[in-house]
Amino acid sequence: MTNKKGKKEIGKIKGFSIQFLPYAEIRYLDSDRRIMKILEIVLGNNILILQGRLRPLEETRLIGDTMAMINHIKDFKGIELAVISGNGTSTILGKFKKGIVSMLSGGDLGAITIIGPASIVKEIKRNPRKIELLLNK
Amino acid sequence: MAIKVFKNFFNRIFFNIFRNKKEIKLGFYGPPNAGKTSLANRICKDFTGEEIGSVSKIPHETRNVQFKEKVEIKYKGKIMTFKMIDTPGIATKIDYEEFLKYKVNKKDAKKRAKEATQGVIESIKWLDDMDIVVVVLDATENPYNQVNITIIGNLVARKIPVLIVANKTDLRKADIKRIEAAFPEYDLIGLSAKYGDNLEEFYESIFKLSKKV
Repeated sequence: MTNKKGKKEIGKIKGFSIQFLPYAEIRYLDSDRRIMKILEIVLGNNILILQGRLRPLEETRLIGDTMAMINHIKDFKGIELAVISGNGTSTILGKFKKGIVSMLSGGDLGAITIIGPASIVKEIKRNPRKIELLLNK
Repeated sequence: MAIKVFKNFFNRIFFNIFRNKKEIKLGFYGPPNAGKTSLANRICKDFTGEEIGSVSKIPHETRNVQFKEKVEIKYKGKIMTFKMIDTPGIATKIDYEEFLKYKVNKKDAKKRAKEATQGVIESIKWLDDMDIVVVVLDATENPYNQVNITIIGNLVARKIPVLIVANKTDLRKADIKRIEAAFPEYDLIGLSAKYGDNLEEFYESIFKLSKKV
């Protein structure tokens, strides 16, 4: 896309920022506080990149809390969420090693979780080879 | 007199056997428009003559958990009794404007969106009550969707047996291998709920999983 001055532009995107949250920030928080912290960041029009991932039950809790907020916060339509795990290992020994590392570190630190408000992040497309973050204009 | 006593005794024994027979809670989970209700309807219609709910091309048609009790599924001479639980599709975002594309008026679209959010919450709450869960995925869609991964991760964490169904195999774009590649560790079968294709394999898998309950 080219503007009047002949300079290239990538299209108008509403203001947002990308915020990185190290796992250490949430390691000792209980599930309620973890989810609250994440939603606070996302509701502030930020795309959150979280080191590690939530526990499976926390992920569903996050979805449930998000749904509850849609009806109470103006213009909030929900979130886009994707977890990128490290190289998946299917051997028993590999899983065992991964389990031990996760247990010692307090979480799956090899993973990255991306969470953004649906008003900004249109879609997170993923397949085994790549991840695409599509933004709303 | 002796015959009457024997008859009563016999009836009581049989009554108790059937009363104690466990009804397995079989949940249908998945993203919106994957065909959960279509599959549940197909099974209920085959074994009870009645459907469980309405289906539509508009996403989030099922916005309340709906169930049918005492569905006796017969397969290869065996009978098992299930409580079929059809749940609203789980999503991370719901925008009423999406429904406007299906010519739903604004007021109804907003109402539908509000009910759909409640439906997702209800679906999640019901997860704890399931004995077996069938995760219904649309075989024409990309399976690497976080909602799918989250649902399956939850079932594993709760130690609930899971069967993945790749639905809509009647469509040309359907790609079962892609779903198998995404979830290699789970039992998976492809079927068409619309046309009833491959239901035999589905029943076989459900009966097999029921043994784990």
